[in-house]
Order: sequence, then structure tokens, then C-alpha cells
Amino acid sequence: MPSGRVNRFRLTDLQMVPPWVTGLALLFVFGCVLEWAVATNLIPRTIVARPSEAIIGLITLQREADLLGAIRTTFGIVAIAFLLECVAALPFGYFLYRHRDFSLAYTGWLAALFAAPIFLLYPLFMVIFGRNQLTLIIMGFLPGVIPLIINVQQGFLGVPQTMVNVGLSFDLTPRQIFWKIMFPAAAPSIFTGFRLALMYTLINVIAIEYLVNVGGLGVIVSDRYFRFDIPGTYSAIIAAMGISIAFNWAIGQIERLVRPV
Amino acid sequence: MIATVRRLPSLTPRVLIIKIVTAVCILAAWEALSVSGLFYKGIVPSVFEVLRACVAEVADKGFYRDLGYTLLESFVGFAGGSVIAVAVAIVLGLNSYARRVCEPYINALGGTPKIIFLPILFLIFGLGIESKMAKAALSAFFPVVLSTISGFVQIPPVLIRVGESFGLTRWQTVRKIYLPAMSEPLLTGLRLGIAMAIIGVLSAEISYSNVGLGYRLIQSADQFKIPSVYAITFLIFAVSALINTAVMHLQRWMSKHKRGSVASSAAKVSTRLARRAA
Repeated sequence: MPSGRVNRFRLTDLQMVPPWVTGLALLFVFGCVLEWAVATNLIPRTIVARPSEAIIGLITLQREADLLGAIRTTFGIVAIAFLLECVAALPFGYFLYRHRDFSLAYTGWLAALFAAPIFLLYPLFMVIFGRNQLTLIIMGFLPGVIPLIINVQQGFLGVPQTMVNVGLSFDLTPRQIFWKIMFPAAAPSIFTGFRLALMYTLINVIAIEYLVNVGGLGVIVSDRYFRFDIPGTYSAIIAAMGISIAFNWAIGQIERLVRPV
Repeated sequence: MIATVRRLPSLTPRVLIIKIVTAVCILAAWEALSVSGLFYKGIVPSVFEVLRACVAEVADKGFYRDLGYTLLESFVGFAGGSVIAVAVAIVLGLNSYARRVCEPYINALGGTPKIIFLPILFLIFGLGIESKMAKAALSAFFPVVLSTISGFVQIPPVLIRVGESFGLTRWQTVRKIYLPAMSEPLLTGLRLGIAMAIIGVLSAEISYSNVGLGYRLIQSADQFKIPSVYAITFLIFAVSALINTAVMHLQRWMSKHKRGSVASSAAKVSTRLARRAA
């Protein structure tokens, strides 16, 4: 009788599976466990919605609260705020690079502002501009413009002098040196600034939408919660979460094209 | 068009003048706006009115009660969130496969607006200070875990091999090699974490609370006490800047202390080696 070797499963065997597959499988298992726990009332339905209900609820959310319209509104506000950030931060960051004294004077202030809870200014802007989308644009602009200014300045400061000297030895004009050497060399840092600016703008716009009850995605979350529609609240959270994850992933991919390291 | 000097010098009189002139210009512009009539009366109060409101707030006992609640919620939440974050980071740091499985999810969730989770926290922890602590923990968790994981990844493999050659246990490796080697990114993560915890608590207090500085701010706004809104906002900015500066100094002190202790241990080792050789 042949003595067959028993192939026992070991945890290290799991490493043969690609990590993303394991990740998705774990997420699926977590969803199933949660589904069972809520279905059997181990976790009260008044606190947590069944995952299946929350996912199917996205369709209801679109029908009742125009989810796609809300996404369009939020991204419209983010786009306008981001354009304003670029208009303000690109020249100002370059100005700070060119004028060292101003850079020394303002960089500390900018860093302090970056760490400050800027979103607290929203009651003031609401009083000044009213409960409307202008307040949301300004509240999206303020936290996004600071990292962009810092990164633009850092980008230009990081251009190696040797590259500029090569340009000078080729008798390039200052304009040519800027567009052909400095800007491309500073681009990776500037794009990191774009990514941070977009991320902070989106986070703040959704936060203010939630608090002020004006705008898109944030409003849907607060609206469902105040109606005590638990599955709807979870659907809205999943939608807002999914949109921000997809958005951050997309800008991360775009940044990688510019910063291939 | 091209600046040739790369290193920035320290604070010079010219820089100081720029700072003072800028601050004076901002205050003058504010004062001009307040008397310009561009906005409804009282919406942009004069600088002196705001200063008076600041003094009134600081003299009010209620301000300290609210400050106490905000700090309590922030620090308790921060402590809880950081402990969980460091534990998760150590587990993920020790197992590269687990890190590759979990890191994309942690990164993805880290970039989402945490305020959208407030309804879940309110449903689970209620509307009291517990939900604010939970919000602080959630806000502090992501910067600490991401920073600590990146610190783990950057540990030179030679250090780990030295530990293995000395036959260190898993716990000894964590205590003697991993934690000291990743103390810098950990401290940076903790500094970011405390700032995020305070912001998280304030947003939760604004959303639903009856104590805390966030509640105080939104109550003044609802009652249209505009100078108080400005005053409370500035005081909150000042408190968070103070905490941030304190943590930064602590971080610098710890880095210096670490460098000092490393230098003294190296000196001790070299002395011993010299004695043995002699």
C-alpha cells in the first residue's frame, strides 16, 4: 500500500496567491460575515445596514437623490476651486522661489496654515457669501492652494544648477531656460502639489457639503442620516467613499506618468 | 529669471521687515474692509472688536470647559487610534505579504473624507463625547499607520540581519531594532495624527455636540455673534498651532536624544573593543 504524502495547507502557501486577490477575497469574506451578523441581529439593524442592502441601495439613491447629479456638483466645485488654486499657486510659488527673503518670510506661515483647521473658517464665509456654492468653492480653494504653493516652490528650488548652467552655455534666453529646463525639471514636484491640492480640495468640499447641507455628495450622506434611513446612509457613505477612492487613484496614476520612479 | 543661490539663510532683518510689513498690511486691509461698507454691517468687524471678543472669550470660564472637552476628546482618541495604528503597522511590517494585501486599502481609505463616517460613529457610539473620541481615533489612525509602515519598509536590512545573527526573538527584534530604527517616521506620523485628531474632533463637535470648542464656534455663528466667531476661530488656530509646535519640539528633542544615545552606545562599544584589543 503506497504511503501517500498528505499535502497540508500552510499559511505560507497563501503567498502564492497575488495580494490583490487575497485582498478582494478578505473583503468579500468580511462582507459575508457582516451580512450574516446583521441578518441574524447579532449586530442591530438600527446601527449597521446589511452590506447587500447598502450596495443595492445605490440604485435607490440614484433614483431618489440623483447620485450622479450630486457627483457632478461636487466635482464641478472641486474643478473650479482647483483652477483657482492653479491660477494663484503657480505664480506665487514661482515668486517665492525667485525672492528668497519673501520665501523665508512666508514659508513658515504657509506651513502653519497647512496644519491649521482651515475648514473652521466656513461659518465666516457662510456669513459673508451666504449658504451657497461660492462658499464651497472658497472652502475647497483655501486648503488646496497651500500645498500647491509649497510644492511649486520646492520644485523650482530642486532644479539642479548644473542643468541651468548647461542651458546658459547653449546661450538659451531666460524664457527658454524656464520653459525647456526649469519647468520640466520642477514638474514632478508640481504634480505632487496638484495631487495634494486635489485631494485636500475634495476632502474639504465633501466635509463642508456635509456640514452646511449644500452641494453634492456630502449632502446626500447627511440627508440620509437625518432621515434615519440607515441603509440609505450606508449607501451614501459607500458612494462618497468609492468616488474619493477612484478619484485619488486616478490622480495617483496621472502623477506616476510624470514621476515614473 | 534664474536664482543661483540654493541654500536659504536664516532669519535676516529684511525677512523680519517683510513679515512685519505683511502683517500690518493684512490688518490694515481688514480694517479698511470693515469700514468700507462692502459687506453688511458687522460681518467684517474691526480688528479691535475681534481683539475685545478674544479677551472676552479668554476671560470666560465656559471657554476653558469647552477647551477641556475638546482636548480630552482629542487626546484620548489620538492615544487609542495611535496605539491601534502602531500595532497594525508592526504586524504589517513584519509580514510583507500581509502588508501588500492591506496597504492599498489603508491608502485608499486614508485619502477619503473621514467626516462621511460620522453618521456611523454617531450610530455606534451615540452623540456624547465617545463618538468624538472615536472620530479622533479614526482621524489619527491613518497618518500614524501609513507613516509607521513607511518607516518599517525603510529599515536597512543589515540591521535586521545583525539582529538575526545575535539570535534575537521576534519581540526583541521589534523592541531593539524595529522601534528605534523607525522612531523618526513614527514621530512624524504621531505629529500629523494629533493635528488630524483635533480637526476630527472639531468637525464632529460642529456636526452634533453640546460641548467643546467646535460647538462653541457654531453656536456663536448661529446666534450671529460675529466678533466671537472670529475670536473663537483664532483661538482654536492658536491652540492647534501651540500643540503642533510643542509636538515638533518634542520630536526634535527625541531625535537629538536618540542621536546622543546612539553616539554614547557607539563610544561605549568602541571603548570596550579598544580595551579588549589592549
